[in-house]
Amino acid sequence: MRDNYGIAFLLLIILTVVFLGMNLCIGSVNIPLSEVLLALGNRKGAGISRDIILGIRFPRALAAVVLGGALALSGYLLQTFFHNPIAGPFILGISSGAKLAVALVMVLSLKMMLRPGSGTMIAAAFAGAMLSMGVVLLMSRVMDRMSMLVVSGVMIGYICSAVTDFIVAFADDADIVNLHNWSKGSFSGIGWEDVAVMSAVALTASVFVFLLSKQIGAYELGEAYARSLGLDVMRFRVLLVLLSSILSACVTAFAGPVSFVGVAVPHLVRSFFRTARPMILIPACFLGGAAFALFSDLLARTLLAPTELSISTVTAVFGAPVVIFILVRRRKGRTG
Amino acid sequence: MNAVREEFYFYTKGLTVGYQGIALIRDIEIHLRRGEVLTFIGPNGAGKTTVLRNIIRQLKPLDGVIVLDGKEIRQQSGRELAASLSVMLTERIRPERMTCREVVESGRYPYTGRFGKLSEQDHQVVEDAMRLVHAEDLASLDFDRISDGQRQRVMLARALSQEPELIVLDEPTSFLDIRHKLEFLSVLERLARERKLSVILSLHELDLAERISDKIACIHGDRVERFGTPEEIFSCGYIRRLYEIEVGNYDERTGTVELPAPEGRPQVFVLAGNGSGIPVYRRLQRQGVPFATGILWENDQDYPVARMLAAEVVGERAFGRIRKESTERAKELIDGCREVICALRPTGEMELYPEFGELLEYAKDKISG
Repeated sequence: MRDNYGIAFLLLIILTVVFLGMNLCIGSVNIPLSEVLLALGNRKGAGISRDIILGIRFPRALAAVVLGGALALSGYLLQTFFHNPIAGPFILGISSGAKLAVALVMVLSLKMMLRPGSGTMIAAAFAGAMLSMGVVLLMSRVMDRMSMLVVSGVMIGYICSAVTDFIVAFADDADIVNLHNWSKGSFSGIGWEDVAVMSAVALTASVFVFLLSKQIGAYELGEAYARSLGLDVMRFRVLLVLLSSILSACVTAFAGPVSFVGVAVPHLVRSFFRTARPMILIPACFLGGAAFALFSDLLARTLLAPTELSISTVTAVFGAPVVIFILVRRRKGRTG
Repeated sequence: MNAVREEFYFYTKGLTVGYQGIALIRDIEIHLRRGEVLTFIGPNGAGKTTVLRNIIRQLKPLDGVIVLDGKEIRQQSGRELAASLSVMLTERIRPERMTCREVVESGRYPYTGRFGKLSEQDHQVVEDAMRLVHAEDLASLDFDRISDGQRQRVMLARALSQEPELIVLDEPTSFLDIRHKLEFLSVLERLARERKLSVILSLHELDLAERISDKIACIHGDRVERFGTPEEIFSCGYIRRLYEIEVGNYDERTGTVELPAPEGRPQVFVLAGNGSGIPVYRRLQRQGVPFATGILWENDQDYPVARMLAAEVVGERAFGRIRKESTERAKELIDGCREVICALRPTGEMELYPEFGELLEYAKDKISG
């Protein structure tokens, strides 16, 4: 695939578009593609299916695209930061920290009869993500073994989830259902306004990530070499932490914690493109994350319809084996 | 001070390095001209790496200045320094899915634009660097799939593609076998000579350090104990003191090392000379048999090894005649030994010097083999 990046990108784009189309067509009511296109073209005559598509399915699918991409990129940045292929926002407990902060803000504002805006939610998620990130960073200074770091990340995740459950238990009955769904991870109930906000945040952050391509490439050879090339390592590391936290916070604020996308997608993309070049990997991760999220959401909605699975259930089924595979392969590489 | 500035491409003044405010090595004063090779030697844990990390600005000196081409390195921007100084470190990097060419290309970082796209000229520099270290064939291989020796060469090419005027290498030969050590150092030597590249490195191999270096800095205790040419450093038993060698021996003239000599009264006498004795001496050493040997001129190849391994050496001044006392002493020693080994070949020395024949005749009952 090397040097054929164009073809690889084309395949990835086709995949994303196909999944997007399937997400629009398939559901409790199956809508033929022609009608979907008609609705998207804003023509009259589509009726109820137009409402379903424009009001529910399309924003939800777009959210999957943006959030899936953001999550994959966030994972990619964390892997770069820790020089560790299984680092990711969920595994390191960063998503759970964000979840905790969001749940706290939600419950508090509901108690005060306020409806928090999406900006507030992102801010809360960001604060929670940074807090978890801070703890992970502190621990990473003591633990040089990557497996230990991951284990402590998972523990942080459990602690945050436990506290979140505790908080959710205090919420009013009527809100619980909603909050409960969200705290397990779901793309449901996302409207156009949310899509606008998340796109603004996630896409801006992604552009910044892309602008860091050259620096990320230099960092690939380790801190000491990066510094010897003239990279301001301190500043670069701060940027990595901020951007990955913003990206995963954005996801958590709207969809709750979504597992394994951040680890699995960058790995799959690396194997597919067979390169380490950030210029290639960054857009490829975003697209890959989008396709993976669309695919997972499709399954989450349709497998046990009319009951919806949480998105993390699906992503874990496909993502966790990838993590295991990475671990096994690395172990082999070390001894063999 | 001015004179120093003009004369030397690189120098340090009162450089003190350490960690967390605690000085490890004080008052380092070293200097280097363009195209010269400076080697740090010293026992393990002496602080060679610490000094190098200060020189490449990865650590902050506790005191003193480091000057490169008339400018203090602390006052240069990261990019400016990167354009004149490149490094090769001991830490092993494991980039995933990077080809060797991509690793080498990373050296162009200080010269490329916002997105790091390589120009035609950049590609040319990369190709040249790879050719210089004979790594052209590795270009499209994955960096984590090649051998240690190949990896070192690629990392050198990477450092060279940065087009430095000074290259700093921390123990670059540690993972290499003897052939690759020689190849690696000869590339460095050629670059220093032909491209006027200045080289600062640390080495464990004293024999190699002696041969490649224009200047050697010896780190011992809390200072650079000696700084000078190899001839100045490798003399008067200094290396023995530097490394606090208590077991075994090191010969500074030839750079050979020997394990400790067997202790006790000589049990075997070795008649040797012209290099014939060395394998016999070493065999006896391995067997733990104390021995005496002779008669050796001081300029014989056997002589330095004999000095390190034999309980007694019957020696003569270089090119001198064999004195009567020497023959007598040899006979006395033969009397005390249970066995005599004749390593001399039957022609040559034995015919020219009747003394050898005399000793052989004297010892004929004890000769084995």
